[in-house]
Amino acid sequence: MMAVMTRWWAVAVCFAAAAVLASSSLSAQDGDALGQVTYERWCAGCHGLDGTGDGPGAGYMLPRPRDFTQALYQIRTTASGELPTDEDILAIIDRGMPGTTMPGWEDLLSNDEREALVQYLKTFSRFFSPDEVPQPLEFGRATRSDADVLAEGERLFREVADCAACHGDGGRGDGESSPTLADDGDFPVRAADLTENWLFNGGGEAEDIYRRLLTGLDGTPMPSLADVITAGVITDDQLWAIAHYVRSLAPEDPPGITEVVRGVLFEDAPLPSSVGDEAWESVERAYLPLVGQIIVMPRWFDPRVDGVWVQAAHDGETVAVRVSWSDPNNSPDPEWADWKSQVISLMQPKEGDPPDEGPTPDQLVVQFPMQMPEGMERPFFLRGDNRRPVYLWQWQSDRDDALEGEARGLGTEAFQSEGQDLTVDASYADGQWQVMFTRPLVTEDEGDLDFVTGEAIPMALFAWDGDNGESGTRGAVSSWYFLFLEDATPATVYVAPTLAMMLTAALGFLVVSRAQKREREGGRVERETANS
Amino acid sequence: MSDRFELRRVVAPTLMLLVMAGCGGGDGGGTSGGGEGGAAVENPVDAATAGNIAGSIAFEGDAPSMAVINMASESVCEDKHTSPRMIEEVVVNSNGTLANVFVYVKEGLESLQFPTPGAVLLDQNGCVYLPHVLGVMAGQDITIKNSDGLLHNINASPTEQRGFNTSQPVAMETTRSFGTPEVMVPLRCDVHGWMNAYVGVLDHPYHSVSNGSGAFDLSTLPPGDYVIEAWHERYGTQTQNVTVTTGETAEVTFTFRASMAQNAVVPLGTAIDFHAIAEAS
Repeated sequence: MMAVMTRWWAVAVCFAAAAVLASSSLSAQDGDALGQVTYERWCAGCHGLDGTGDGPGAGYMLPRPRDFTQALYQIRTTASGELPTDEDILAIIDRGMPGTTMPGWEDLLSNDEREALVQYLKTFSRFFSPDEVPQPLEFGRATRSDADVLAEGERLFREVADCAACHGDGGRGDGESSPTLADDGDFPVRAADLTENWLFNGGGEAEDIYRRLLTGLDGTPMPSLADVITAGVITDDQLWAIAHYVRSLAPEDPPGITEVVRGVLFEDAPLPSSVGDEAWESVERAYLPLVGQIIVMPRWFDPRVDGVWVQAAHDGETVAVRVSWSDPNNSPDPEWADWKSQVISLMQPKEGDPPDEGPTPDQLVVQFPMQMPEGMERPFFLRGDNRRPVYLWQWQSDRDDALEGEARGLGTEAFQSEGQDLTVDASYADGQWQVMFTRPLVTEDEGDLDFVTGEAIPMALFAWDGDNGESGTRGAVSSWYFLFLEDATPATVYVAPTLAMMLTAALGFLVVSRAQKREREGGRVERETANS
Repeated sequence: MSDRFELRRVVAPTLMLLVMAGCGGGDGGGTSGGGEGGAAVENPVDAATAGNIAGSIAFEGDAPSMAVINMASESVCEDKHTSPRMIEEVVVNSNGTLANVFVYVKEGLESLQFPTPGAVLLDQNGCVYLPHVLGVMAGQDITIKNSDGLLHNINASPTEQRGFNTSQPVAMETTRSFGTPEVMVPLRCDVHGWMNAYVGVLDHPYHSVSNGSGAFDLSTLPPGDYVIEAWHERYGTQTQNVTVTTGETAEVTFTFRASMAQNAVVPLGTAIDFHAIAEAS
């Protein structure tokens, strides 16, 4: 659900590209084989008419669409380098590749169309032959997972299989080798962020992870660990332990879609005083998905930050907001310079001025309306407009402070040079940024939004990974969400129910004791009557 | 939009044709081991009547400077090298010759069948592949060894056959082979972006790699006429016709020039600039 939502624009690009192709494709009208017609209508826009992965939409995508001519498929049940089974190809068509722009087609195409597609895809590569049916590997049943298994999995992950070399110690795709990873087309490719298992190609459960470990992801740097078992370095159970551990890096359930970030009231305890304050652990967090900014030119189709975790708290005087997100480095970092220039050249087809080649920091902007809107009408989500300006908090990785500002449209941001009411505390560790803003609920500045409790305050977030070539309009954006600061709970909330309960109990006691008394008296009368 | 689109439709099939033409000698994409199965083949060459080819690879022009590999992240590897290690894309020897050129018989042996030799070693030692360029016969085992005891992956990406990508997180060995002739199969380690190697796969054992003095030799060849090809990862390929006579050693010299760089093999996925090639030739 989340994945579908975060990649909506990809589907849009596919459809747009498909529309372009529809006008130039002849065979689609000729009533050719169902597979070809379906392919040319729905797939060629990205994968190209000849299956080489260079359709009109391909230039807007990273990773690029699959080139079918080499028959390299990431998600298979067969050994590394082997061809996929028909079922493997169908499964990818059905479910899509959530970590990429490839949508799932299960609900969009009929069974016949999807099965015909499988056969048609195979015609692009000479490796498929009717005489050779790829044999799936036998996967045993999942082992049980417990604390010991997870500890063993963590040890293997770090010390033996060294998954951390690419995926990083925290699994966020920030390993030592991550800046130089390239796929089979020599395009830069990210090590998966293992804390976001809902974006795993091929599924995010331990069973799926185990299969990927055993088969590898062909066409990517992810190797198969089958030889490691064959050579007796680890056992099959230990591979399961790695799978369980990787699974444990992500939340138990994928984050649900939420509209509201609840700002918890700290009535008696002090507000968290720093970004790493343990008090944050008890504050519920909301996941807000981000997508590339593709409305204003130059647009950005390769946002690194696909979502942020937001927490908020207040004590009636001050509001604190902590935003956490995965980012493989603290930009600018010379190790990532090659990555940055590659991404810029790959994602810059006809998009206005070339982006800043100089050092670009990571950035975060939290946006509120400048005034609380009356009714449902909020400012335009991209920095508002003249009629409804927005109020901004801006942080960037190469500064120690954060700025308050305002805007009346993208590119009109103006930041306050003095009278700052905003403070910031940021930390970067294990592939994760955490940035905490604090501000008095009410300030004397006219341009500052006064935060009110007990009302839904519109809030939107924007994030940039500088070394992914992001700055200015090239970045990740969210739509409007809400920040809801809890009201101080009035004393009557506690007194009234207690009183009511006591009253009820007293009444009940009264009724029951009366009834018992009546019964006792009635019984005596009956006995007396009987005796007489 | 439609102009660009038409161009792409023309270019892509042309590309495929080029790729197919450039890889002659393949037997049509069989994925099974070509050198395996059936009774053992006897060596068809009579040493008494055989001759040899020997020679060297000359290099003209300024040797390009190769980047120093930054191994700071892997102290185990860094400590194995007494001096800084360079990228091996172009290795010009101190005598002005070119190393790491794969020289092999391209034509002239079609009628003969050869026994498959025993396994050859491809070592990962000090975070480099040893050797950087390796020749094997189709079906011949390659023992891929991890002497470093830290994570390497071996990602083979041939185009004529299926590749593989296997993990070696500790000191260990893996045996693999390529069943179909292909010059060259690229190998790389994704963990260490600088590590790459090339494997030339042939249906006969006549191959050589120019060494630290630029020399190569193809010995014990049956008398006859041959086409010899020299392949270099940056400077492309050259061929020469060579006649081998009994008991003689035919001397052959290939000359690569710094200006030939645009003839280099184009990695998959990178567009070929036909105009640049046309202007250069």
